[in-house]
Amino acid sequence: MDNKELARQGSLKIVNTAKIMKYGALFVASARLRTLSKWMISVIAASFANPLFYLLSIGVGIGSFVNAHSTNHTIDGVPYLTFLAPALLATVAIQDGLSEVTLPTLQGFLWEKNFFAMNATPITGRQIAAGTFLAAVTRTFFSVLVYFIVILAFGALDSGRSWIAIFTAMFAGSAFAALMMGITAWAKNSDLLLTFVGRFIVMPLFLFSGTFYPLSSMPIFLQWIGWISPLWHSIELGRYFTYGHHLSGSAFAIHFGYLLAMLVFGLLFSFNEFEKRLSK
Amino acid sequence: MNASAPILIRATGLTKKYEDFVAVNGIDFSVAKGDSFGFLGPNGAGKSTTMRIIAATLNRSSGSIEILGKDPELHGPEIRAHLGVVPQQDNLDQALTVTENLYVYGRYFGLPKKFIRAKIEELLEFAALEEKRDVKVEALSGGMKRRLTIARALISEPEILMLDEPTTGLDPQARHILWDRLFRLKEQGVTLLITTHYMDEAEQLCDRLIVMDKGSIMAEDSPAGLIKTYSTKEVLEVRFGSDKNALVAGQLEALCERIEVLPDRILMYGEDGENLLHTMKESGLHPLTSLVRRSSLEDVFLRLTGRSLIE
Repeated sequence: MDNKELARQGSLKIVNTAKIMKYGALFVASARLRTLSKWMISVIAASFANPLFYLLSIGVGIGSFVNAHSTNHTIDGVPYLTFLAPALLATVAIQDGLSEVTLPTLQGFLWEKNFFAMNATPITGRQIAAGTFLAAVTRTFFSVLVYFIVILAFGALDSGRSWIAIFTAMFAGSAFAALMMGITAWAKNSDLLLTFVGRFIVMPLFLFSGTFYPLSSMPIFLQWIGWISPLWHSIELGRYFTYGHHLSGSAFAIHFGYLLAMLVFGLLFSFNEFEKRLSK
Repeated sequence: MNASAPILIRATGLTKKYEDFVAVNGIDFSVAKGDSFGFLGPNGAGKSTTMRIIAATLNRSSGSIEILGKDPELHGPEIRAHLGVVPQQDNLDQALTVTENLYVYGRYFGLPKKFIRAKIEELLEFAALEEKRDVKVEALSGGMKRRLTIARALISEPEILMLDEPTTGLDPQARHILWDRLFRLKEQGVTLLITTHYMDEAEQLCDRLIVMDKGSIMAEDSPAGLIKTYSTKEVLEVRFGSDKNALVAGQLEALCERIEVLPDRILMYGEDGENLLHTMKESGLHPLTSLVRRSSLEDVFLRLTGRSLIE
């Protein structure tokens, strides 16, 4: 045996299962973030480019048209850009959160099967789900933060407590991500599902959640899309904090409760589906 | 099996049923510390299913199994902490480098960063991947990926190393490098669990093996013991041409202990193949081709199941 070889101690001595039980999800999250850091430059570029394009084309472009044709040149009592800003913030949280959970989940179960490699260690399915979720939330937070800074630079935020909108956006992004992570793990044809979700769920949510105009100005038969949409609930909360959009106490509680319920249900559902799929 | 060594794995009546079929059908076996234990059988014999139950990632339907004295259904993480698993298909992290793959995996075992860094150097040398340390996995050859997967499984110095079809899909040279590495581990006293459908692999690496077919154990012994029990010392393979093989079979049967008529050739079992060939020619039978070889596990399998191992 050559001298480079260390004395073998054996796993019974060196592996501390209690530590893994406690921090396993963090190990999974940090591995995922390490992979993501490989695309750091494109991640950062996308984080800046997206809000810039949206704010310029819709916020400024459509905004000046809307402002010119509305009473007092405002919508919901504020300039269009201010009205739009919290909605864009919540939208990016939902979109990034979705892709940050679905891609690693598909990769982990289908493409590279690295979830099975993780599960061959003491790491449990529940921890893999939690870790993937944590990494997605971290990455999404970065996007939302950048978006917030760009919006701030456009002068679209005029309240001292506007920063809270970062968290109302993250709230919706996390809740939707948790649910979609579970659905991705649950679906047999997950790749197909992803295309479906993108076209028939995310896009309508984006368009019908009171993003570009108040939900109440839509015909009632379309308003239900907003009611079930985490995006609308988050936008309502975001507008409340960024410019004092009127919300009754009970409305506030409903928005908050809806997102919280989706988050909790989504996580429990994901934990269960991850465990199930790994032991199939 | 070393009689004084502690038993690490003990299965009794182990069964795994899926809706419409029985993958593992009430098997019993035990593996002692330091054993090099093999599961030999064709695809679909239940080897991989058994391995996944041992790896504490698949629950059994009935029967009992203890790994390191624990029930995998109740203590999955505690058991997996002491296993090194090399799956049939490499599931490395393609976007990460060789070193990063080892590092990340070490963290899943909760190992200290300093320990992992030192261990990586040792494993890179073991897997002969020092020059590829900073190369992304997607750029490695099949043999290199396989060696990396094995190195990865060793990061936690596991009590039991489990290899599912370790050399399937590798070229002969890559297989021999891998066998050499596994042999070194065996020498260090690592308990090995290997599934394979290659007889030569089982003969090279396993001290003891069970032959599986359709979820059941057909036989259990050392490779040499199995050959001794279920086959003769030598085999004479003869070809008379596909039409004539069946016709001469009756005559050949009288000359040796046992024959097997395969679609393309006839296998004649006896203690001395050359002598058998000589007798056959004297009795006026002249095959188109003939080959004398030693009995292998392939012959054992043929005897036990009436079928070839690789179809």
